[in-house]
Amino acid sequence: MTPQDLDALLVTLRLALTSTVILLLLGIPLAWWLARTRCRLKTAVEAMVALPLVLPPTVLGFYLLIALSANGVLAGFWQALGGTGLAFTFSGLVIGSVLYSMPFVVQPLQNAFSSIEERTLEAASTLRASPLDRFFSVVLPLSRSGLITAATLGFAHTMGEFGVVLMIGGNIPGQTQVLSIAIYDHVESLEYDQAHLLSAGLLVFSFCLLFLIYAMLGRTNSKGLDR
Amino acid sequence: MTARIEFRFRRSLGKFVLDAEGEIPARGVTALFGRSGSGKTSLLRCMAGLDRAEDAYLSVAGECWHDSRSGFFLPPHQRAIGFVFQEGTLFPHLRVSANLEYGYKRAPADERSRTLQQTIEILELESLLDRYPAQLSGGERQRVAIGRALLNLPRLLLMDEPMASLDRGHKKEILPYLEKLHIDSDIPIVYVTHDLDELTRIADHLILVDQGRLTAQGPLEQILARIDLPIARESDAGAVIRTRILSHDEEYHLTQLGFSGGELTVGWIDRPAGSDIRIRIHAKDVSLAISRPGQTSILNVLPAEIREMSVHGRGRMIVRLDVGGIPLLARITQKSQIRLALKPGMKVYAQIKSVALTL
Repeated sequence: MTPQDLDALLVTLRLALTSTVILLLLGIPLAWWLARTRCRLKTAVEAMVALPLVLPPTVLGFYLLIALSANGVLAGFWQALGGTGLAFTFSGLVIGSVLYSMPFVVQPLQNAFSSIEERTLEAASTLRASPLDRFFSVVLPLSRSGLITAATLGFAHTMGEFGVVLMIGGNIPGQTQVLSIAIYDHVESLEYDQAHLLSAGLLVFSFCLLFLIYAMLGRTNSKGLDR
Repeated sequence: MTARIEFRFRRSLGKFVLDAEGEIPARGVTALFGRSGSGKTSLLRCMAGLDRAEDAYLSVAGECWHDSRSGFFLPPHQRAIGFVFQEGTLFPHLRVSANLEYGYKRAPADERSRTLQQTIEILELESLLDRYPAQLSGGERQRVAIGRALLNLPRLLLMDEPMASLDRGHKKEILPYLEKLHIDSDIPIVYVTHDLDELTRIADHLILVDQGRLTAQGPLEQILARIDLPIARESDAGAVIRTRILSHDEEYHLTQLGFSGGELTVGWIDRPAGSDIRIRIHAKDVSLAISRPGQTSILNVLPAEIREMSVHGRGRMIVRLDVGGIPLLARITQKSQIRLALKPGMKVYAQIKSVALTL
């Protein structure tokens, strides 16, 4: 493995971890709102969140590129906060990944939250638990498998991302070059051995991750916790 | 400061309006009785703060919990209540022990008048502590739910048909605990039910709910003896009487009960002489005679006076009798009434075919 490949691996892992944390922090409240609200905006928000499922990544990437470029909407806001340009930076990649992987995090969470009966929460409220207390002591533990699925899918989907990254991150080694793009580069320059190494590595890693998660989910279910 | 609970709730329930105002005594079990869909559960939910009525007032032992006029509303988690739902509604991710401790941990430590251990003993939960709710029977789940509500150290215990989802066998299993709770506890209990049998076993006070309105409220014996209320039309209508065990007859396996109206001979009751016992005499099991019947297989014949009569359905009448100051109901046919020329004020003999034990 060349030093450049190693860099790509580190950038990828950093990107996936950062994005997953941000996805969960944003996705949990959003999914909770979607699962409980009767607001008319709900359907519109649901459709927005699901957009990356149907749009070609390049479309999302293209608009993000415009928004993130020096005089774009997001970049202006970012610069007002004291940041520098966003396009072709790691921060830009994180923003893109979060938007792109959002449905994979929000949908399992929303399903998990919706399956919690209102009665169970009412019971907690009659037992002196405040709304926030109820969320942490009842909602999150009951949504364990949804949380695990959401985190896994968010992480894995970000790892395998290609189109959006290529559009907004470019291909700067050590900064924005991720594994999927490194593999593409190797193939283009006919370095099949290195492409094999990275691809196989990614394949084995992904399988192991999913295997671990499904084993964990299986244990949760057999405890009879998921009704 | 009054220890009792005063309430007023006005709230639209779709088909009709909940319009309820009344009082709940500080001690004992108050049953909210009515058909399903009459608004009794809504009334209970308003008391808990789970539903918020537009026009409402609720004070518990002198403490205001809800007053729509001043815009004050205490959310449920700030009320010292215990709520037992129809299906128990335990937390599926927590073991029985953690379910029991859920409210207890959150209640102020200086108010811990009852302990975990006491509650576990009363409800016999010891062997269930390590199990998850999914591993419990319906009756066991309800027992845990009652324990969990009690351990929340409530100043008002609300029970929403806690036995409605149980079959007959499991009901029998729960009732003794409810009765024990009734004796031991000094917490006012509001108990929603549509089962007349259930309420006569555990209630002291009765509030009748019909179409969102409270049609009558008062002590159980008084309300059950009123023949102007729809409750007297129920097939198992009847009077409840407090009696004392006088003696046992081991040869015939019978027990002698006494009350101010006389003595009653009933099937063996496995309690010592001197115990107080509540019995229920169904109106359909009481017949009337003008003179003391000579030879009859019926053991219990009591002198009584007719107080009130009313026609109930085709050819049938309900009669309220006075037996030594205690009301008793009898259901007879109109034909018998004409033949015997029965009218209020007349002295008759009430023949009681059978007595149902409630406690």
